[in-house]
Formats: sequence, C-alpha cells, structure tokens
Amino acid sequence: MSCCGIRGEETGDVVGSAALWARALPDGCHELTLSVPGIHCAACISTIEKGLREIPQLREARVNFTLRQVRVRWCDDGFDPDVVLHKLADLGYEARPFDPEAAGFARDDAEGRELLRALAVAGFAAGNIMMLSISVWSGAEGATRDFFHWISAAIAIPAVAYAGRPFFRSAFAALSQARMNMDVPISLAVITAVFMSLYQTATHQQHAYFDAAVSLLFFLLIGRYLDHRMRARARSAVTQLMALHAEGATVLKPDGSRAFLPISELQPGMLVQVAPGERIPVDGMVEEGESDVDMALITGETTPERVAPGADVFAGARNITGPLLVRLKAAGEDTFLAEMIRLMAAAEKSRSAYVRLADRLAGYYAPAVHILAGVTLAGWLFATGFNWPVSLLHAISVLIITCPCALGLAVPAVQVVAAGVLFRSGVMVKDGSALEKLAEVDTVIFDKTGTLTLGQLRLREGAVSAEALAVAAGLAQGSAHPLSRAIVEAAQQRGITPAIVRAVEEVPGHGLKGVWQERNVQLGALDWCGVREEELAAPDVPHLALVVEGSRPVLFSFSDTLRPDARETIALLKQQGLRVEMLSGDREGPVRATAREAGIEHYQARCTPQQKLAYVEELARSGAKVLMVGDGINDAPALAAGHVSMAPSTASDIGRTAAQLVFLSESLQPVWLSHQVAMRARRLMLQNFALALIYNVVAVPVAMLGFATPLFAAIAMSGSSIVVVGNALRLNFVERRLLKRFGRASAPRKAAAAPATMHEREAA
Amino acid sequence: MNVLVFLVPIALFMGLLGLGAFIWSLKSGQYDDLEGEALRILDEEGDEKPLKD
Repeated sequence: MSCCGIRGEETGDVVGSAALWARALPDGCHELTLSVPGIHCAACISTIEKGLREIPQLREARVNFTLRQVRVRWCDDGFDPDVVLHKLADLGYEARPFDPEAAGFARDDAEGRELLRALAVAGFAAGNIMMLSISVWSGAEGATRDFFHWISAAIAIPAVAYAGRPFFRSAFAALSQARMNMDVPISLAVITAVFMSLYQTATHQQHAYFDAAVSLLFFLLIGRYLDHRMRARARSAVTQLMALHAEGATVLKPDGSRAFLPISELQPGMLVQVAPGERIPVDGMVEEGESDVDMALITGETTPERVAPGADVFAGARNITGPLLVRLKAAGEDTFLAEMIRLMAAAEKSRSAYVRLADRLAGYYAPAVHILAGVTLAGWLFATGFNWPVSLLHAISVLIITCPCALGLAVPAVQVVAAGVLFRSGVMVKDGSALEKLAEVDTVIFDKTGTLTLGQLRLREGAVSAEALAVAAGLAQGSAHPLSRAIVEAAQQRGITPAIVRAVEEVPGHGLKGVWQERNVQLGALDWCGVREEELAAPDVPHLALVVEGSRPVLFSFSDTLRPDARETIALLKQQGLRVEMLSGDREGPVRATAREAGIEHYQARCTPQQKLAYVEELARSGAKVLMVGDGINDAPALAAGHVSMAPSTASDIGRTAAQLVFLSESLQPVWLSHQVAMRARRLMLQNFALALIYNVVAVPVAMLGFATPLFAAIAMSGSSIVVVGNALRLNFVERRLLKRFGRASAPRKAAAAPATMHEREAA
Repeated sequence: MNVLVFLVPIALFMGLLGLGAFIWSLKSGQYDDLEGEALRILDEEGDEKPLKD
C-alpha cells in the first residue's frame, strides 16, 4: 500500500468502543450484552465462561446459548469492556456489543414472562378446581357441594382476574375501536361464567362453571404462549443478524487518535476510516484513498464502482480494494438511506390495514353467538313464564359452550406449527399475519442482484486461453476484488495452476500489475489497459483486460452467479399459477441474461427505487397480491409496499426490517417452500374452523335446550381443543413430503438436500 | 365430611407451594436459556456455576 496509505492507518488499537453500549445498573455496576453468533456447541459455553473468568474485574460472565449472547457485569468504573471483546477474539469468537433494549429483547421478554405467569396461575387453578368439580359430578351433595363450590370460587375469581388479563386487554382494545376479535366472545364467556357460577353457589344450586371458565383460559394461554415464543425466537434470530453487521464506525479524530463509535454518535463532518472488506456505515464523500466499492445493495449493480477523492459513497456499500477516509455528510434528510426510509414509511401508510383471518371470522362468529344466546334467553323466558334465573343460566351456558376455545386455538396452533416447520428449514417468520398473506399471493416479484443471484461474479464461458487464465489468476491471487476472486475460482474449476507472477502490485480503482517471465503484465479496467469500450461484444457486462507486454489484450467478461435452484424454484412457482417478474436496478445486459437463465419472461432493468415502489403499488391497485422478494436498500420501499415480502439473510438491514420473512439458505427454494407451507397452513386453519363449527352445531342445540351441564361443557371443550390441535400437528409431516417433491422437480441437480438445522448452518 | 376441612386446605396449600416454586424458578431466570442448560450438564469440569462474587 505504498501509493495510497491514508491518514491514521498505523496508529495502534482502536479504543473506547464497547463502553458506549454498557448499561449502568442501580447498584453502581455495569452490564454489557454481546452478540456472539459463533456459539454453537456445548464446549463453547465453558470455553467462553472460563476464558472470561481470567479477567479479574468481571463479577459475572454468563453465556446464553439459546440467544447466542454473552452477558458480562463489572463494578469497577475504570474497567474498559473492550478487554472482553479482545479476550473473546483471542478465544476465536467474533463478538459485537449491542443494546438488548434497543433490539427489543427486554420488552419481548416481559411479555413472555407475563404469559408464562398467567399460564402457571391458570394451570394451578384449573387443576385444583377440576379436582373439586369431579367430586361434585360424582355426586357430592348438600353442604359438601356448596363447600366445594365456595372453594372453587375462591380459587377461580382471583385466577380469572389475573390470567385473563391478556384477553380482557385485547378485547377492550378491539371494542374501543369498534372492531371485533376472538377475544371479545372469550372474555364475555369467561366473565359471565364466573358471575353466573357465583350466583349458583350463593343460591345452593347444582351447576357451577368455575372449572370451565378457568380451563378455557388455560387452553387458550397455551396457544398464546407457544405463539409468542415462536415469534420471539424468529425475531431474535433476525436481530442477531443485524447486530452482526456494522453498528458503528472507526472515527479519526482531529488529533490523530481513533475511536470506534456507534452510528448514533456520529456527527456530520467527522472523518471515518473504512478498511477493505468493510461496509461504509453512512453517506459521505471520499476524502482520501482510492478504491472500488460494491454498490450491489444500493443500486443492484454487480460491477464494483471506482471511487477517488471527491466521489460520493453511500451507506451500505462495501469497500473492496483500498482503505478509504470518508467525510460524513450532514445526517438526516439528504442521505440516500433517509430517502429510502421516507419512501418506506409512505408505502406502509398507503397499504391498507390487513384484517387477519381469525378476526374476519370473529366478525361473523361473535354476533351470531350473541344472537343465539339472546334467542335462548327470550325462548326460556317465554317458556318458563319469565323465570329470569333459569333463563339466564341457559343463555349463559350457550355463551360458555360456544366460547371459541377451539376457534381461539385453531389459528395459533397452525401458525406455531407452520412457523416451526419453516424455522427448521431456515425461514424466519417475523410477523404473525405473514403466512396468511403469503397464501393469498398471485404475483411474485424478484430483485436480481443478491436475491435471484448470489451477488458473486463468475467468469463467463468463452474463448480465453488456458495460458491467459493462468497468468490472470497468478496476478489476481492476492486480491480481494470480486473480479479477481472470480478469475482465481475459474482457474481452479478448470484445473489450471496459476502462473508465477512476481512483484504484484494492486492499484486501487484500476487493477493489478506484475512481472511474468520477464515481461510486464497488467490486469484491470479496460481504459487502464488501453481497450476502448466500443470494441466489446457485450458492453453491459463487467469486463477485465489482461495485457501481456508485446501482445494483444485478452478480454475477460463476467456474469453474476444465479442462486442454486433458482431456475427450479421459479418453474415450480409458475406451476402454482403465480406470475413471476423481475425488477432490477442493474443494466439491461446482465438483467436480460439473468432473466433468460432463470426462466423469467417479464423483467425490467435500470429501475430506481422509486420506480420499483411505483410498479408494486400499481400492481396492488389493480388488485394483485404481490410477494416481493428483495435484499437491497433500493428494494426496501418495494418490500414495504408488497402484500407480503421476503428477504435473504444477506440483505441490507433495512431490507430485512422491511421484509416479513427472512430466509437463511443460499438456495432460493425457501420462497417456494414458504408459499407451499402457507397454502397448507391456510387449508388447515379453514379445516380447523370447520371442525369447530361442527362441534358448535352439535353443542349449541344441547345448550339452548338447557342440557349443557358443567360436565358436558368440560368434555366438549377439551375434546374439540384436542381435535383442533391434533389437526394442526399434521402440518409437521408436510415438510418432508414437500422437499421430496422439490427434489423430484430438480432431479438432475441434487441441490435440494435435507435442510440443515440452524446449528449446522451457523457452524458452517 | 369433617376430614375435608383439613384435606382440602392441605391440598390447596401444596398446590400453592408448587405454584410458588414455579414462579420463583421463572423469576430467577431458569427459563432464559433452555438449550444452554441442557448442554451445561455435559461439561465435565464439575463446578458449572456462573462466575459470581
């Protein structure tokens, strides 16, 4: 790096970074949470904890294996937590500090704990009341029965008041917005059941429904808690991915020292160092240094762009060849990222609110049930000559019997199983409604770079002699430039040993030069090698030229690598009757080539983010339900506008935030798999609704005629719940069948192997 | 009949004890890292307590 060193590059260690993420505890100690994605085995736990124990100032160091985090605590104000990061690096683990509250962990956890506590209380109450109820059903009479009823009441009333809160709150919220959801009939049934049972107990009567009220809450809370856990796990996996990427930047201060600061601490006008291989953290202008930057996440272009002092660079671009010193632009309105976020917010606002399937059905179900209860009340009043207690008893028993226990479980049970199936295949469902929306999709729009393709360039098949490739590979061996890597890879694939080239030097922004067999050779940009663009056969694709002193330049042309399975996936999606299109910000040539290779007929090149957004919104206006699959910053507004959206885990932070599903694998098959699972999930949900409806058709007349004893209610309710959950569990077996089908469709290429588990994947 | 006056409170008390134990275990963070606890038991070097003063 003789030609292009930048200021401050040689000054020692970067200091004072991790402390910014530490939280002060009330007792004067400090706590820091680190994301360590490398934790994947039992041995890691003890290696890390034992290693950190060697730091004397640390009071506590605890690995959380499930979340892949390490939490450390110290009480010495002078302690620099960077020591912990260095220690972890020595142990071989890459760690990033992050703020668990900002990442949404702390709040989520509180919700999970509340549900779990409510579940415990409901479980305790249900068990004990059921014990007493069984004796009543078996014939306890008189004072014994009253005694048991009073004890049941003493348990049930506080238990319902405590464990029912999640339902009451949600029902209240819905009613105050004049909407209906399943929690309204649930809350109504539970509350009226308790009051009626209290009346029955006080008047020494036989039927008390305390057990029904509490066990109803218990069943429903199981569904709620499972649902919550599934979503929390998916969200934490996504947050983890984000914590791994740049959260801060190395700032060069006017006095020449360096500091690693979180993004939020950066000020306009600051100088930021960006080493080769790092992402540029914020928009700015190059102050010193020359390099190539990969703009794939921003514009969708695969060819890296050359930058020199004075050039604008954008947040999210990856620096490739040389170190850069970037002066930050004024943060806020005028940055590219801020513009994208504004577009996203606008797109989200204009998207109509989605009413979930269960809530849509609740809109019919709840009024129907309440009308039936009213009819029962009127009928009994008429039949018994206005005997209010008896008529109310029967009306309320209708409410209890129809209380949508099975309906309340029908959707969450299927969703939990479906999300679990997808999680095992490496798809994280961030949003509960995503699967329902996915099942309605009729158009799939893909982005090109990074979504259909891997964003890795590959040497195109063509007439390049083995000798030329050997020399080029010899030159390119030490370079991190994607085109260099593509050349080395191509040489390896064709079994060509790289030639020995001496005195190789990288000229950032231009290429490489060296000496081969006493002749000067250079490999690099066309103009640098004296080749004019007009001479090219396909001017749109990235090119390199190799010049060996005394002979004609040899041209290498490159194309992007399609994801394995992309072609099969698209064929299968089309088979499902979906319309598949591609929108790309890249130039016409590579886009056409990719479209042909992937089997997509409809495509558009050179789309700006605004055009992508407008296209998706236009489709939505014409009634299409669009699944948008994209990864870049430029896709984020379109992702937000799509009916539902998906992003690979390699996407930009903002892209992953905008998407409702995130997939981990390199293949594109998860797009098809998610759609299939979503379709099946919807079918199961409808089946479950049908089952619950059949149950009601049988049970409601019984209740209306006044035969619904507490025993009948208990059996009918748990019976229907078990049937519904059992039906949902069938989805578990679907995954293997689906993968087998995918395997058949792509039979010649054995790419659709059994999905690796999360652990294996992360270890790889 | 009279025996119930003792038996039912005893049963309830034991149930409450169980509930209390569960809520204590929840509060002390024993459900925070379910996978990790399963693996910690495989650690051969006896004391698996976290570093604490």
